[in-house]
Amino acid sequence: MTWRQDKTLWGLTIGLAALLLLNFVVPDWFRSILTLSLARGSVALGLLVLWRCGLISFGHALYFGVGAYTVGLMSRYLGITDAFLTIACGVVTAGLLAYGLGFLLRQYRGIFFALLNMAFSMILYGVLAKLEELGSTDGISLETTTYLWYAPLGAENKTALFVFAVILTWGVAVLVHLYLRSTLGNMTTAVRENEIRLGYLGYSGERAVHAKFVVSGLLGGFGGAIAALTIGHVDPDSMVYWPVSGDFVFIAILSGTGNVTAPFIGALIYELIRTYAFDKFPEIWQLIMGGTLLAIIMFLPNGLWSLVDRWRGRKAAVATLRTGKEEA
Amino acid sequence: MDFELLLIILVDGLVYGSYLFMVAVGLTVICGVQKLLNVTHGALYAFGAYLTATLLILYFQVDWPQFGAFAVMLFAALFLGVLFGVIIERGLLRHLYHEDEHIIVLATFAAFLVLEDVLLLIWGTDPYLAPEPLGLLGSTEIAGLPFDNYSLSMVLLSAVVAAVLWYGLNRTQFGKLLLAVIHDRELAQAMGINVNRIFLLTFMLGSFLGALGGAYQAPAISVQPGIGVEVIVLAFAVVVIGGMGSIPGALIGSVIVGVARAFAVHQEPALELFVIYLIMAAVLIVRPQGLFAPAKPRTI
Amino acid sequence: MNAIPRTRFMALGAALAVLLAAGAASAQTVKVAVPTFLTGGGAPTYGTASKNGVELVVRAINEGSLPAPYNSVGLAGRKIDLVVYDESGGGTKQVTELRNKVQKEGVDVVVGYVSSGSCAAIARVVEELRVLTLLTVCGTPRIFEELVKEPKYLFRIINHSTAGNVGAAHYVVKKLRNEAKDGYMGINQNYAWGQDAWRDFNLGVQTLAPELKPANKQQFPKLFSGQYGTEISVLLRAKQKVVHSSFWGGDIEALIAQGKARGLFKRKTFVFTVGEITAHRIGKKFPPGQLARGPYGLYAEGIDTPLNKWFRSEYRKAYKQPPSSPAYHYADGIVAAKYAYDTAMKANGGKFPSTDQVIKALEHATYDILAAKVKMSLGKGHQAVTSDRWGYAEWDDAKGEIVVKDVVEFKAECVNPPEGVNAADWVKGGMKGAKCD
Repeated sequence: MTWRQDKTLWGLTIGLAALLLLNFVVPDWFRSILTLSLARGSVALGLLVLWRCGLISFGHALYFGVGAYTVGLMSRYLGITDAFLTIACGVVTAGLLAYGLGFLLRQYRGIFFALLNMAFSMILYGVLAKLEELGSTDGISLETTTYLWYAPLGAENKTALFVFAVILTWGVAVLVHLYLRSTLGNMTTAVRENEIRLGYLGYSGERAVHAKFVVSGLLGGFGGAIAALTIGHVDPDSMVYWPVSGDFVFIAILSGTGNVTAPFIGALIYELIRTYAFDKFPEIWQLIMGGTLLAIIMFLPNGLWSLVDRWRGRKAAVATLRTGKEEA
Repeated sequence: MDFELLLIILVDGLVYGSYLFMVAVGLTVICGVQKLLNVTHGALYAFGAYLTATLLILYFQVDWPQFGAFAVMLFAALFLGVLFGVIIERGLLRHLYHEDEHIIVLATFAAFLVLEDVLLLIWGTDPYLAPEPLGLLGSTEIAGLPFDNYSLSMVLLSAVVAAVLWYGLNRTQFGKLLLAVIHDRELAQAMGINVNRIFLLTFMLGSFLGALGGAYQAPAISVQPGIGVEVIVLAFAVVVIGGMGSIPGALIGSVIVGVARAFAVHQEPALELFVIYLIMAAVLIVRPQGLFAPAKPRTI
Repeated sequence: MNAIPRTRFMALGAALAVLLAAGAASAQTVKVAVPTFLTGGGAPTYGTASKNGVELVVRAINEGSLPAPYNSVGLAGRKIDLVVYDESGGGTKQVTELRNKVQKEGVDVVVGYVSSGSCAAIARVVEELRVLTLLTVCGTPRIFEELVKEPKYLFRIINHSTAGNVGAAHYVVKKLRNEAKDGYMGINQNYAWGQDAWRDFNLGVQTLAPELKPANKQQFPKLFSGQYGTEISVLLRAKQKVVHSSFWGGDIEALIAQGKARGLFKRKTFVFTVGEITAHRIGKKFPPGQLARGPYGLYAEGIDTPLNKWFRSEYRKAYKQPPSSPAYHYADGIVAAKYAYDTAMKANGGKFPSTDQVIKALEHATYDILAAKVKMSLGKGHQAVTSDRWGYAEWDDAKGEIVVKDVVEFKAECVNPPEGVNAADWVKGGMKGAKCD
């Protein structure tokens, strides 16, 4: 498939243009929801990358949190507020952590993998909640973000951040898409299907998993860094605690694994449902979120993206989480 | 360190460990038989505590024998076990058994969110206090410190629950059927065992144990929103440490965590927050299948 | 065009249409948003009472039935349109929610916030969104010392938490010196609130009476852990008799139930910095002990201002129980807004004031709240100070209520740092400039 024929790349690019245009018409609060959706969508994208090898992590708030806290701590202790530099550091730190933990985690599959991730995320939560130097449970507030020599204030800053986040996320999504298309990327599906056979072909399943894990860690860090800049504040309860990891898995399920654009759309829909549930039913918003998730699992098990596929009439050709177990 | 302190640490550790065991054992049972991690367990704990506290408040208004309070707890747990067993297993999980294990965890997570709010709709945000049973049993002096017998009785209750479960699993007809299902579900079905019925009964049993954990805790705590969330992670950790589905594992795991935590609180309080996660990570690294789960070939 | 962008556009388009249709507030009311805990562990202690307090006062203001000087209808003549919403879910969620409330629903004033975590997260966003915000319960001094050093839209209408713990230190040194001769220790929840509380209290005692020694190790159990058997053993074993605790909510109730069964409160003298709310709730089951509070809740019992008498009797009538301090705090928040709007209107020649004029009216102001006077004297006129009260709480059989005895009042200037001095530095530096008489 050449670049020109790749519908996903076209879709992403048109989405990029659309979001940049939207910037001029949407109200501030909606722009903030869009930016947050890009951040959470990135983490969910990381989960989808892992998912391709049949693995899921119940602790991805760990990388999200590390990305966010790197940005927060740089702002607090080093006075560095440059978006490029802080995001790069957030991504690299999360990636390094994933690389290190990967040596251990790559040996595990199934629910052990999922829970071991959760254990590590809860250790980070404990450390953050405990140490005053890291802001304890009150968290850390960021100074105003700058972009190289450009230091806008107020609403202009929010616009700048939005444009910046949209373009970066576009780049990230394209890279992930290309990666998944590559041989190394495709190998993960093989890990899920039959790891022994993969071994006989001369590839290491563990290494393929490790690589995916680092990619998903990088994406987690990226999402966390963007979220930190959007919110202007980092704290352990809304960034590292275990239900946050649950939210990411929620978004991933909601989206489906069909395509790299899916998690971003899923994240936006998630944010909108949450916002409205919170608004209209402040006492039972959890019930609405849980009910939605149940409905998706029961009636739309391959996520929202399966609607797109169904519409296109290629129902079964999709690589999904449940291949092999599904009736096809 | 002196002997008295060691003794106190041991007692404190056993009490906390038995709390963990009571919270985790229902999860272990379901996990072992049905191979699923049941997040609604946290809600069962909360429902058990709420219903018990409500009934106890009513109970202590009439002039019935005070020890009837324990019958009230048992009744609340049984009622909830049957009720939720039917609702959750029949209504939800049955339709998902063919799905990936992660999806089932997530479905129970969703059901948990729903149940948390149902709890709020039924009981509101006001806390319920029913501490009367705490004073019923008096207290005992150990190594110069008073311990309330209610907490100590929890150690006994845990031992009884563990023994009954062990006996039921290894020495009864139902237990043998259960083992067959645990070992190979499809084969068991082929041999004419009604797996659906076994799953329903197991889920009821697990739910009953979860609710019993909440019911027995109700007098010692303030029953209010959010108590379910706190126990889930604890229960998960215990199950992972002990080995998924292993009842002796849950027992030993609870005691290890309990004693380690008591040691930290007495000697180095700063570590208290991390103890359980450190043990969990350590066990997963050294023995990922948990302390007691039988090693099985990795399914690739 | 292929499927992907089209679907995306459709989804976005539909979402936008729905969202934009949600209207802004009507011009003839003042829309007041009140965040408090409607779900989760904070709901029972803070949520219910604060919601009750706010709703009572808002109803009265809309009818014009509040006693003088607030006996006119509405805020500067306009009725209040009240939105109470949930504070659960952590700081990030609160920032998003605040943005929604202000930019989507056109909220004019925000009155509330219980948790310091929420307040720290939203502090700068308030300034960015330019929405008048009165913080009502959260205590962290970092708000005006570190996060928003040049506040314009952000106010806090109660003491920050340092005051309460410095008050506790004064009280221990003054009244419990004998009990504390073997030292004192702390059991506080392991998060910012508990950590700050212990630090301020401990430094306070060390400044006032360095001969009283803290225990080597303090207990910091996890927030909402609910199981304190081991901690109780440690406390019982310790030789120190005085125990400082900033426990609240379900945790303090569990500690009391479990501690009572083991005779903890017979052996130790507890200093509960926010126990008042619990004493209120559990009444007879509360162990006799030391309690703090400003002129709110239990400590407002004997205060005879018309506003306070009105509030206590109406609250009892409406909710069948006396008002606890969160009810006071949140109601005071609305009263403060009323003061600011009405005063600004007067200055504006009787016309409805702009937000800037309302802010002017509240900065450095001294005004009546339900049971006291408040001075906005710190944080460049944005941080309130009030006196701090301590006493011995005990069940009164005749009254059928918990009462406080031997009340000691510490002046606002005694427990608060002077303007411009960072609270933590002030306590560490020996509380210079405190005026205690």
